[in-house]
Amino acid sequence: MIIAEKKPIEEIIEEVRNYDRILILGCNECVTVCEAGGKKEVEVLASALRMYFITQGAEKTIKEKTIERQCDHEYLEELRKNIDEYDAIVSLACGVGVQFAAEKYMTTPLIPGVNTVCLGANEDRGVWTERCQACGSCVLARTGGICPVSRCAKRLLNGPCGGSTNGKCELGPDTDCAWQLIIDRLKALGKMDDYEKIAPIKDWSTDRAGGPRTVTREDVKI
Amino acid sequence: MSELKTIGRLESVLKAGHLGVTSECGPPRGSDPEEVKKKGMLIKDHVDAINVTDNQTAMTRMSSLAACVHLKLMGIEPVLQMVTRDRNRVALQSDILGAASFDIPNMLCLSGDHQSFGDCAQGQNVHDLDSMQLIQTVRHMRDEGKFLGGDNIKRPPRIFVGAAANPFADPFEIRVPRLAKKIACGAEFIQTQCIYNLDKFKEWVRRARDRGLCEKTFIMAGMTPMKSVGMAKYMKNKVPGMDVPDEIINRLAGVEKGKQAQEGINICVEHIQALKEVEGVAGFHIMAIEWEEKVPEIVERSGLYPRPEV
Repeated sequence: MIIAEKKPIEEIIEEVRNYDRILILGCNECVTVCEAGGKKEVEVLASALRMYFITQGAEKTIKEKTIERQCDHEYLEELRKNIDEYDAIVSLACGVGVQFAAEKYMTTPLIPGVNTVCLGANEDRGVWTERCQACGSCVLARTGGICPVSRCAKRLLNGPCGGSTNGKCELGPDTDCAWQLIIDRLKALGKMDDYEKIAPIKDWSTDRAGGPRTVTREDVKI
Repeated sequence: MSELKTIGRLESVLKAGHLGVTSECGPPRGSDPEEVKKKGMLIKDHVDAINVTDNQTAMTRMSSLAACVHLKLMGIEPVLQMVTRDRNRVALQSDILGAASFDIPNMLCLSGDHQSFGDCAQGQNVHDLDSMQLIQTVRHMRDEGKFLGGDNIKRPPRIFVGAAANPFADPFEIRVPRLAKKIACGAEFIQTQCIYNLDKFKEWVRRARDRGLCEKTFIMAGMTPMKSVGMAKYMKNKVPGMDVPDEIINRLAGVEKGKQAQEGINICVEHIQALKEVEGVAGFHIMAIEWEEKVPEIVERSGLYPRPEV
């Protein structure tokens, strides 16, 4: 899923300061699961903003709403009938949702309430870690199911580098060496011979490097 | 703009109030230094400095810095073109110091064509900095004598900092604001995209003048002679951000094939003569692509020769 984390409240306050009628808009998908932008976080942020502006003597109307998905036209349409009631929307969706809403409502300012961090997983209670960078050309079949693109700081496809120490990355003890993980798994699979297969120079044209990406499926189109 | 920041001729010519003239040479797709030297020799007496392109159109070539060094060692003043596509801020700062170690006195800061246009379409692009941030980086290194990381530089680079501008790309309304931004970042000279639509260019310069931008930077008008009507059509239809009016195409099409190249030179000379009179135009950047031998003729016929003593 897409992992996001809440922006500091001070940053959001600065962005909304000049608006009087504000909607805090949550999303029921990834950001709910990673506890950054679901119904619960919408309530917390709305309450915090109300309290702040009351202490400042500012009169603000702060409404709350959480929709099923902000990356979906159908659900974003739910806002249309009331859109003129808001001077600005603080979206707690990932960057996709914020942009989708902005594209739909051209004259309503959209302010992101979270920072979108990565594609990752819930590793432990309160810990989310990156697993994928959407390079558009998956190599996991050749790397023991561990991704060197997202998990090696140098994106080495024929790693590890000389900085790998005791299973940790040269960045420091908090980061696992992806290639140590790959080797461990190849060993467990009895496929260590695979390690010596040289990964060819990667085609990055399917990555962000190739420009904004579009998937078109003729079989799905209406 | 009178104080000289470098030992370069280009800066001196422009700051003395003369129309500057630059041209360019693309490094070869191989390691033979003679190709660079030959191009340099063809045009050296007719220009103040020679731009050396940095893997233009993302085709892999001899490094711009190495080719600049060849020219510099021959006594020819280079303008080092650097794109942010291929190098991060470590490599860029390092190459700036490398250039400065040879007293290469000019740099043109660019973002570079996307790699998908070149011979490594599958490659990554870096874009750690963008062109404006690269301008700021060189100015910071020169004026503050510091690296981006904050440490002092021993013998900071003395480099005259340039940027590109395209008066013709869309949307037109932000073309002058974008120029203003580059100047605010520290661009001391500007070399423009090839100009064929004189009216639109003059309008752009007028807007720049109205904002006082022409007093803050030297705008060098980019000129590229057409070799044929085919080239003109290609530039009109295939090169993004290029504005080639139909009258240019018709004029080239109106002469027989064997004389189109000469007609292209004639148009270029006429355009330079017309733009010399435009307030705010500080010089000309003549990009005769793989046609360097024609630069002397263009410069002479445009009344820009001999180059002034400074």
